[in-house]
Amino acid sequence: MKTVIVVGNGMVGYKFCEKFVAKKESKAFKLIVFGEEPRPAYDRVHLSEFFENQDAKALEMAPAEWYQENNIDLIIDERVADINRKDKTITTAKNREFSYDYLVLATGSSAFVPPIKGVEKEGVFVYRTIEDLEGMLAYAAKLKERNPKAKAAVLGGGLLGLEAGKAVMDMGLEPHIVEFAPKLMPRQLDSRSSQVLQLKLESIGLNIHLSKATNQILGDKTITGMEFGEDDVLDVEMLVISAGIRPRDELGKSSGLETGVRGGIVVDNKMQTSDKNIYAIGEIALYNQMIYGLVAPGYDMAGIAVDQILGDENSLMVSSIDMSTKLKLIGVDVASFGEPFMPASKGHSIIYEDKTKFLYKRINVSHDRKKLLGGILVGDASDYSMLHQVFLNGMTIPEEPAQLILPATDGSSSFGDVMDLPDEAQICSCESVTKGQICSAIESGEAKDLGDVVSCTKAGTGCGGCKPMVKDLTEATLKSLGIEVKDSICEHFDYNRQELFSLIQVKEYKTFNDVLDKHGNGGHGCEICKPVIASLMATINADTANKEYAIQDSNDRFLANIQRNGTYSVVPRVPGGEITPDKLIALGEIAKKYDLYTKITGGVRIDLFGATLNQLPLVWKELIDHGFESGHAYGKSLRTVKTCVGSTWCRYGMDESVTFGIELENRYRGIRAPHKIKGGVSGCIRECAEARGKDFGLIAVEGGWNLYVGGNGGATPRHAELLAEQIDNETVIKYIDRYLMFYMRTAKPLQRTAAWQERLEGGMDYLKEVIIEDKLGIATDLDNEMQTLVNKFECEWTQAINNPEMMKRFNHFVNSEEEDDNLVFVPMREQKMPEPWK
Amino acid sequence: MNAISNKYKTVKIDDVKIWFKATSTNNFPINGGACVKYKDLQIAVFNFKRLNKWYACQNLSPEKEEMVLSRGMIGDHKGIPMVACPLHKKTFSLEDGTNLNGDLEAIATYPVKIEDDIVYIGFSE
Ligand code: SRM
Ligand SMILES: Cc1cc2nc3c(=O)[nH]c(=O)nc-3n(C[C@H](O)[C@H](O)[C@H](O)COP(=O)(O)OP(=O)(O)OC[C@H]3O[C@@H](n4cnc5c(N)ncnc54)[C@H](O)[C@@H]3O)c2cc1C
Ligand code: SF4
Ligand code: FES
Repeated sequence: MKTVIVVGNGMVGYKFCEKFVAKKESKAFKLIVFGEEPRPAYDRVHLSEFFENQDAKALEMAPAEWYQENNIDLIIDERVADINRKDKTITTAKNREFSYDYLVLATGSSAFVPPIKGVEKEGVFVYRTIEDLEGMLAYAAKLKERNPKAKAAVLGGGLLGLEAGKAVMDMGLEPHIVEFAPKLMPRQLDSRSSQVLQLKLESIGLNIHLSKATNQILGDKTITGMEFGEDDVLDVEMLVISAGIRPRDELGKSSGLETGVRGGIVVDNKMQTSDKNIYAIGEIALYNQMIYGLVAPGYDMAGIAVDQILGDENSLMVSSIDMSTKLKLIGVDVASFGEPFMPASKGHSIIYEDKTKFLYKRINVSHDRKKLLGGILVGDASDYSMLHQVFLNGMTIPEEPAQLILPATDGSSSFGDVMDLPDEAQICSCESVTKGQICSAIESGEAKDLGDVVSCTKAGTGCGGCKPMVKDLTEATLKSLGIEVKDSICEHFDYNRQELFSLIQVKEYKTFNDVLDKHGNGGHGCEICKPVIASLMATINADTANKEYAIQDSNDRFLANIQRNGTYSVVPRVPGGEITPDKLIALGEIAKKYDLYTKITGGVRIDLFGATLNQLPLVWKELIDHGFESGHAYGKSLRTVKTCVGSTWCRYGMDESVTFGIELENRYRGIRAPHKIKGGVSGCIRECAEARGKDFGLIAVEGGWNLYVGGNGGATPRHAELLAEQIDNETVIKYIDRYLMFYMRTAKPLQRTAAWQERLEGGMDYLKEVIIEDKLGIATDLDNEMQTLVNKFECEWTQAINNPEMMKRFNHFVNSEEEDDNLVFVPMREQKMPEPWK
Repeated sequence: MNAISNKYKTVKIDDVKIWFKATSTNNFPINGGACVKYKDLQIAVFNFKRLNKWYACQNLSPEKEEMVLSRGMIGDHKGIPMVACPLHKKTFSLEDGTNLNGDLEAIATYPVKIEDDIVYIGFSE
């Protein structure tokens, strides 16, 4: 059995393994992989995501078990120190020796650190590995503790530098980018686009310093600043160097392989080095006198090396490598493809610029105006994938090429459809997946939806840039096969939520099984469609969650929020946040009696945590006896209407915000919606109730209320937008009734009002037409539907407690009165909490 | 894995030595589940009315080791009868316990029989 040793377990080294074991010829080989880093290969391209969750596992290319399952010996945390080409052996830093038949060098690059005086100081980082990022996070946290306004710089304004700049900004430091060249992204952008990009980046808070050569890093042991000229100093307390890469060619040099003047191990189009038993791939390989700092060419190289070693001599690397790139900073669109700079001798450029919108688009076309040669997009790169394809495939462009970049007046796209691309068009360059492969995966029946396409072709699993196009292609192909693509709620129904709403309303279905039997796909439902239909029944028939409790979502089923350990929380309603001392005392006494952890919530009411299933009805019985009712903290329904104290007490109050808030909370309590709903009422524009962060919000002004809708805190915060100004209480209620009802009829499952409103075609103008001007003629229906729900309100907990059949479910065991014996609580600041998860 | 999950081992119908008489069928929700106590075990039992079948499995969700599976929603994924854990909606086949939307270890399943409207669960010890 022959042995292949791979040195380096980075992205490309991993891809080599994956492609190698996928070939059956590889069964005759033993594969050993060495990695110097302390963990298996991870996705360096998405390294910045580590800042969001610090979850290294999420970045793994494959877990350690994958290597085992594929009979690969993965040896991590061990550097290969030497190659002995004569004996065909390698020695590791732990002085172990292994022999090879073929050696594959995939040692990648390290960050280039320019020889500036002082770079060794504490607080200077590079941006390449997970350990680098961990170091930066720890350092930044310490900095901010000392100085919340600390500044940090990034040396280098290229693709990576900008990514690092954004990361520094997200860490809460004041970000500065220092670039030696007179423009940003000098390799990809022309001067004008670079200026537009600069404006855009400055507008989001990055400080940019161009044409700066750094003389030295200032500070004793730790960095305190950067010095450019004599009096030109930037005070920064942290520096991230992103000034390019240097191939890790130590092994090539020490073993006498041919290397390039500026580094890298020379390879031919078989990926062979000057020693025919040794291959080099990825960011270490010097091919056509170039190091390609991108994954896609590295993945291609890995494929060629696999083929060559397994005996397919005809598999050769292409000679021209596509270097098109797209910056992956959220909110900042930048891309360049083909030949971004075009000498007049080769073709013409067409440029569209709008600095007020931070927009710049340039395309370079051949003299005969038939072919696209390259281009630059700043501010709006949504057409990148399509333009890139047109370029790669040499497709004919419209007679008026400017159409390709001018803003479309009628909203249509200027080039045909994704289906016009030739079959060879490479859609996913990371995984080399062509349009033909995607289409045939669907045509053969192997793939039925986007998820299948991704899992069976791997398209979109690399940098992810091609995902929109993969989606378009999937949908277009399905459509061409006569398969309708719908946003159906799950595998059990071919309908979306809005369609199900109509079906249930018109046919007057009363149970989940009715709907499933009449309109389902023959299955038995699941955790997605059951709660959706439960919610629709609640909206249409004014059912409570007691009606069919087995189809309710986890929390609704037991009318309480399930907690980490399977106990529940209890949140009674406190309309508008107003509560009497007696009720406060009652809450305290009940909490004490049942030993419940007590906390004031972010919705300004009181939450009692840690009730067991058996205790829930007992606790609720006592609360109800004290005049409380369900707060629906568990439902996709109205949570709270937060109020400020308003003119009742406040010296600035323009109106009685508490009184109105209580009225609104009592009006909408209990109604169920696609997602939860929150309200806010502020007594003046100081906005102490944060009404503009709510689904509906009111602010008292001279002459009435301003009504705002579609606000959201949570994961994607958004301010509510003004629907109507200076309206009276009655009109407020009419508009909110219509707004909520319209939302409840048409939103997708689990879509908050903010997301719904954002995607509503026609936007706010349309919404005003529907709600205020009654353009659709449905206002009376909406009014009546809401009034019915309001009239039919019933407290679910009172209903449950008074019905023995409904009470059955609140027992941990069906055959015993005992409680769950698996529960363990630990003390927590004079109260208790569930034992932490391991 | 620690002691608590070790207590749950799949029992095949042929290995049943004890049919434990749990309780009457009408104590279970239709197309839903409830938890049965047997010695120191907690067993989730589901009345899958749409298939006219009963299923039993451990009540312990293997992800975070909490006793909650009996409170999950049931249904099917691509035709396989399943239960979704109420905590993070991990789904498990009711037929053989495999985790259908991840790579958690399979949960233990137990045979169920119904005689005279009484639910019996099969154990090997
Ligand atoms: C208890 C509380 C935190 C606290 O200790 O203060 C809380 C606790 C939970 N929140 Fe919250 N949220 C609480 C106020 C908020 C707020 C603040 C507010 O309402 O002003 C927000 C941001 C405002 C907003 O919603 O726009 C908030 C945004 C979320 C989100 C994100 C929603 C989004 O649109 O992105 C979720 C997740 C979800 O609903 O899908 C969530 C989900 C949850 C869940 C339900 C998670 C779950 O399913 O178990 C937590 C339930 C714990 C429990 O048993 O009560 N919680 N949550 C607060 C209860 C308020 C209440 O009295 O009802
Ligand atoms: C923040 C960031 C963002 C990026 N974004 C993009 C992008 O958007 N698009 C894109 O195409 N590219 C991007 N890149 C570049 C891309 O990550 C690299 O092109 C790719 O990782 C190269 O893969 P590789 O396997 O050749 O090298 P590496 O991933 O560097 O892997 C080499 C591995 O070999 C190990 N090694 C080295 N010497 C030895 C030895 N002697 N013994 C054992 N192990 C050794 C190293 O420790 C390393 O783990 C980005 C890079 C970074 C850092
Ligand atoms: S922010 Fe997250 S952890 Fe905190 S209560 Fe809300 S959902 Fe739970
Ligand atoms: S604990 Fe069951 S899925 Fe997380």
